[in-house]
Amino acid sequence: MPDTLAPPANDALPLATRSELRFLTCGSVDDGKSTLIGRLINDASGLPEDQIASLRDDSRRFGTTEDEFDFALLLDGLEAEREQGITIDVAYRFFSTARRAFVVADTPGHQQYTRNMATGASNAELAILLVDARKGLVEQTRRHAAIVSLLGIRHIVLAVNKIDLVQFSEARFREIEAAFAAFAEPLAFHSVVSIPLSARLGDNVARRSDRTPWYAGPALLGHLETVETDLDAAEAPLRFPVQWVNRPDGEFRGYTGTVASGRVAVGDRIVVAGSGRTTAVARIVSFDGDLPAAPAGRSVTLTLADEVDVIRGDVLADPKRRPAVARRFAADLVWMDDVPAAPGKRFLLKIGTATVPATVSRIADTLDVDTLRRVPASGLSLNAIGRVEIEAAQHIAFDSYTENRQTGAFILIDRSTLRTAAAGMVVDSLEMGRDVHRHAETVTPALRAEHKAQRPLVVWLTGLPGSGKSTIANIVEHKLMALGRQTMLLDGDNLRQGLNADLGFDEAGRSENVRRVGEVAKLMADAGLISVVALVSPFQADRTRAAALLPEGRFLEIFVEAPVELCRQRDPKGLYEKADRGKISNLTGRDQRYEPPQDPALVLHTAELSAEEAADRVVELVLQRI
Amino acid sequence: MSPPPAAQAAKQETSLSLPTPLPGGRSGLSPHLQRLEDEAIHILREVVAEFAKPVMLYSVGKDSSVMLHLARKAFFPARPPFPFLHIASGWDFRALIEHRDRMAAEYGLDLIVHTNEEAARSGINPFETETGEYSRLMLTEALKAALDAHGFDAAFGGGRRDEEKARAKERIFSHRAAGHVWDPRNQRPELWRLFNTRLAPGDTMRVFPLSNWTELDVWTYIQAEAIPIVPLYLAAERWVVERDGNLIAVDDERMRFLDGETTVKRQVRFRTLGCWPLTGAIKSAATDVGGVIAELLDSRLSERQGRLVDAALQASMERKKREGYF
Repeated sequence: MPDTLAPPANDALPLATRSELRFLTCGSVDDGKSTLIGRLINDASGLPEDQIASLRDDSRRFGTTEDEFDFALLLDGLEAEREQGITIDVAYRFFSTARRAFVVADTPGHQQYTRNMATGASNAELAILLVDARKGLVEQTRRHAAIVSLLGIRHIVLAVNKIDLVQFSEARFREIEAAFAAFAEPLAFHSVVSIPLSARLGDNVARRSDRTPWYAGPALLGHLETVETDLDAAEAPLRFPVQWVNRPDGEFRGYTGTVASGRVAVGDRIVVAGSGRTTAVARIVSFDGDLPAAPAGRSVTLTLADEVDVIRGDVLADPKRRPAVARRFAADLVWMDDVPAAPGKRFLLKIGTATVPATVSRIADTLDVDTLRRVPASGLSLNAIGRVEIEAAQHIAFDSYTENRQTGAFILIDRSTLRTAAAGMVVDSLEMGRDVHRHAETVTPALRAEHKAQRPLVVWLTGLPGSGKSTIANIVEHKLMALGRQTMLLDGDNLRQGLNADLGFDEAGRSENVRRVGEVAKLMADAGLISVVALVSPFQADRTRAAALLPEGRFLEIFVEAPVELCRQRDPKGLYEKADRGKISNLTGRDQRYEPPQDPALVLHTAELSAEEAADRVVELVLQRI
Repeated sequence: MSPPPAAQAAKQETSLSLPTPLPGGRSGLSPHLQRLEDEAIHILREVVAEFAKPVMLYSVGKDSSVMLHLARKAFFPARPPFPFLHIASGWDFRALIEHRDRMAAEYGLDLIVHTNEEAARSGINPFETETGEYSRLMLTEALKAALDAHGFDAAFGGGRRDEEKARAKERIFSHRAAGHVWDPRNQRPELWRLFNTRLAPGDTMRVFPLSNWTELDVWTYIQAEAIPIVPLYLAAERWVVERDGNLIAVDDERMRFLDGETTVKRQVRFRTLGCWPLTGAIKSAATDVGGVIAELLDSRLSERQGRLVDAALQASMERKKREGYF
């Protein structure tokens, strides 16, 4: 016998055409969901004998049914959960028939349901909604249907369980079927198949039952074996998020990734969505030899006809049907973190293979899943679903989730805890002219910076009126210029004479003022300049948003601190005096709140420092960063 | 319990089916296996793109053999851009070590072998040491020490969700806090293909590219792709001892016999390859991979049944995972 066996490639390959279906089961605690899954696994493929032995033992200890085997116990994995008699997470089960292999995501029907269901649904192509025939549709059924629809599942089985307990009544079944059809009408499902069944006794699970002669449809297993669910991704335009650049030597440069949608073939024209550069697919390289084409779902390696700048995170796409490329978009979020969402908080956004800093800039409303109505909201707590606006620090390529489940999906990662805080689904771009695609830039920000022999930076001075921002900013710019640096000063008061002349001093006006200055500072950075900003910018959320526009480490938030009494005493522009006389209102520090920076790069106490000393400290810090 | 009809049907198809050319698919994988392969390759690449220092755990078993094959595919024409780590207990089957070294040489792998030498020197062995303690020291502790010594931030493992109930809820990207602690209540939700790979200092990630594979998938893939495996997986006449209903192979002269035990020759194969004194063989006539698949379709014994390590503890997997075993 040889030490190592390379089995011969078998010419009579078994199961050679077997396909796969991933589905989700949802139902309330007592609907018999776990029993149904146990029954499906048992009837489809047979339980392993040692698991049955263990189950028999467990049924005696923990069982809640009088059956010899409590199928539900098969599905509860972890010790602690088993003792409490609950499942608290998504569990994955596997079974197969000769035609199909199945992956079942089992999610609990109680609290945390939204988070767990969203997780299970994100990778499922079909959902089984379980209803107790005696109870009919309940709140949870509606809730589950709404979440499943939101997550983009288009194929539904309404499993009307415990049909034996309503004497196999056709009238009862039809009543439930009709009620669901009425409710689900706005949920845009492509197929809804209702099946009367008994998970406990096996009627219409693996085989059509004699006891429901009035039912002409398939048994559950037969339907799962034949339903077609994978047409959407194949018909969508090509999207190929570049995952990793393969460069084993100087010669070869391959772009690896999974075809998210559509199909890619050798010779196809493609566009790099972000840069607008177009080229053609030269080869589709694989371990088993080059491929002529690859459909959605295949993980492949592409080489391109021209040398174009492509990195991880870029999306290669069909040039005739391009994705949106924008920084601002509307999205639905399923909030998954214990810490609620609040506008202005910064996250890492992962979409496709790109990860960029992003801010939830506005929360518009939450979805009441029981009524499918949207209710105005200013925050999102755990398990809430809400419509929000997202502002990413860089342009990203995306599609709306309803058009593409791969390129319209994203997650938000909390930057401090690193937890996955939300699942997101893009609704639409919020930028004007979203069909106007960017021209390929020949001169890049990096090139401009290189030309100026410096690293661009934004030095952002925030503080009360009269704290000394403008004075310090002027000295800083002089000193940097003396050192041969190329600079620009953005003073809030000056900008309000022109660019921001249309804005008021209420909270909304101040936010917009800061947003515009942030955008200008970003343009200055793109031009390769070091800009010094002197702006009251009273709210942390606005400053955070401005920071998010720039790459990590290119934004220095500096707090120019002085007691309000001192500011009032200095009053270089006479603002406090005017406010006291009622000539102006909304003065920060007098009438309006000021939020000091949470994590400033530097604090300048101008009660103790001269303007010159303060400027020296700023310059010292700037020189470390450029 | 009567034989389930679907399994019978599947068996029938095994013996009857003819090769079916697949539209567009040159490799002859079924759509199901193709999807599993694509998913695993995506995961492998994601780790290489997002982590600083990944490693692949290479136990030389059938799952590891599939992972090695997938790694060669994922990074082709480059070699897999990470080392392979074998935790050797000193009680590994000889044929397994030979296979390991052959693969490493043939494919030019960066192979790291690590053993808990200190425990071995102190006399820890599979005959006298309590089984749970033995596996903790020789497998779990050895693994943690090796990961720490090299500073790996992500480690691929061959674990599958179908193996055992505690694994059914395991993530593909399984987050481990400092000290390799696995907290089943504090794992990150996994949505779409968007894996959260962020780590705090001291944290690590275990990654399971074969999460959604079943034992049958592994075998049919090995067959379809002609992946080399350790011959112990195939039936042959081997010297064994019958002990507590298990057939223990006598792999070298260190075997300790109990009173009245004798070696007998049996045609057996192994479903998993652990330390040889703790791994039960099963009687089998499957001398090729096709035979193993046929027996598997017929079998109603789940895979880990032959492993004494697991029988030692009820709900043992969860406890071992908490300690840092895969």
